[in-house]
Amino acid sequence: MAEIVSLAEAVALAVRDGDTVAMEGFTHLIPFAAGHEVIRQHRRDLTLVRMTPDLIYDQLIGAGCARKLVFSWGGNPGVGSLHRFRDAVEHSWPGPLELEEHSHAGMANRYVAGASGLPFAVLRGYSGTGLMAEGMASVRSIACPFTGEMLTAVSALNPDVAIVHAQRADTSGNVQLWGITGVQKEAVLAAERSIVTVEEVVPHLGPRPGSVVLPSWTVSYVAEAPGGSRPSYALGYYERDNDYYVAWDPIARDRDAFQRWLDAEIFGMAETTGGR
Amino acid sequence: MPDYSSDEMMTVSAARALRDGVTCFVGIGLPSAAANLARATHAPRLVLIYESGTIGAKPDRLPLSIGDGILAETADAVVSVPEIFNYWLQPGRIDVGFLGAAQIDKFGNINTTVIGGDYAAPKTRLPGSGGAPEIAASCREVIVVVRQTLRSFVERVDFVTSVGYGSGPGTRQRLGLTGAGPLKIITDLGVLQPDPETQEFVLTGLYPGVSVEDARARTGWDLAAAAELHTVDPPSAAELTALRGFTASAKELGARMTPHPGSRRVPTARTISALTRKMVP
Repeated sequence: MAEIVSLAEAVALAVRDGDTVAMEGFTHLIPFAAGHEVIRQHRRDLTLVRMTPDLIYDQLIGAGCARKLVFSWGGNPGVGSLHRFRDAVEHSWPGPLELEEHSHAGMANRYVAGASGLPFAVLRGYSGTGLMAEGMASVRSIACPFTGEMLTAVSALNPDVAIVHAQRADTSGNVQLWGITGVQKEAVLAAERSIVTVEEVVPHLGPRPGSVVLPSWTVSYVAEAPGGSRPSYALGYYERDNDYYVAWDPIARDRDAFQRWLDAEIFGMAETTGGR
Repeated sequence: MPDYSSDEMMTVSAARALRDGVTCFVGIGLPSAAANLARATHAPRLVLIYESGTIGAKPDRLPLSIGDGILAETADAVVSVPEIFNYWLQPGRIDVGFLGAAQIDKFGNINTTVIGGDYAAPKTRLPGSGGAPEIAASCREVIVVVRQTLRSFVERVDFVTSVGYGSGPGTRQRLGLTGAGPLKIITDLGVLQPDPETQEFVLTGLYPGVSVEDARARTGWDLAAAAELHTVDPPSAAELTALRGFTASAKELGARMTPHPGSRRVPTARTISALTRKMVP
């Protein structure tokens, strides 16, 4: 059964130095408040996993939380580069960042394998690409045992911790999310432990078209964090703060500006409310 | 002077490449603007599919990202990310893959990963693959929209993120790629198509006022022009009105953005203009 705790408690209980941590949310429901709490609690040497490391991972990487990044698209959507991510890759600041890079289809399938308890997943992909040529340990060609056709195998992703944001949970810790649901279900089921932040805890979850439900017994910790996915959005609660994504660019471009942002918005605050 | 910009001409030209009624897997950036313009003009039955899992999205303004809430709210179906790639893209159900590029070469291979140096120590780190490699592999055909510069149009890409024709004829078959590959590259100067024999991209269309020499001067390989080189029609009044309507609605959206409680930032004219510039090329 999921324990309902504060976000600070959830991060303290679930996330340890050196862990492999997947924070998912495909443009929608990105767990910003939880990511900020990981920075605030000074976690180090994390292997960060995420299909689309956008601003939240730029912030974690710039703050020195990450040793390695496993990803498939790292950018500021609609704006441009992630400058903290680039500074780490291009200049090893604040430290070197090891990369394990995939395509979206490959990452999605790695989570499916992890959630399914299989060692790998099979897809048509990577063939002829530079990623295949780089010879990463997590991608291999494989012959179909039935037809002999050459396909691609990607190894399972089983993070130590998955962190996602959802619209709501009930008082028993059952979680419900809807709209664009990305790979959140797969990430939670693939992980050893999980934290779900929610907009609100309600007495009872009513039915919602197209919703994903994570039963309480599949989740470790539920923490109420209203506005916890700002500046991304939570369908039915608030819209994406596009201005924040634009405003992030000059902050991230400059190491000093970024440090001032960290001091003011993360370390200067007891908790993140509203995603800032 | 024409009453439209070269970027507007490019977006209009790219929109025209989408036939009504086809299914289109829409990439981030320039392709999204063109696909939405096509739906608003000549192709109302165009099925827009985004990698966020939204199938048949019908936005009435330009989505600000591939996961914009308006895509989910207007879609025929919203599916998970594993499902959009495995059930919808992979089996070859989707007609057209509509992609952007940071770098593209004469065989239509796309690079969105690294420029300069080598993979482990690049000069410039780009966002990476996203959904593009499998879109380029599995859609029945691919159209690429990209601004033409010496930096972006190169003899050989620094990194093959998404395969076009690889090193030429026979490559796609050898690699087991099921789709036909890139059939058009649409730029801010004109249109390129692969030579049927060599699969090298050649100039087949030019926008009004652009010369072959202009295009060659902004191409990093020895660009050939097709014998039947045609001049692309300028944007019609209807196309420009629709495109500029998107621009106006983007500006309006920027102005409507209200800071949430506790925010000290308010949208400024500068950030709104930066936002709309990114959204509507």
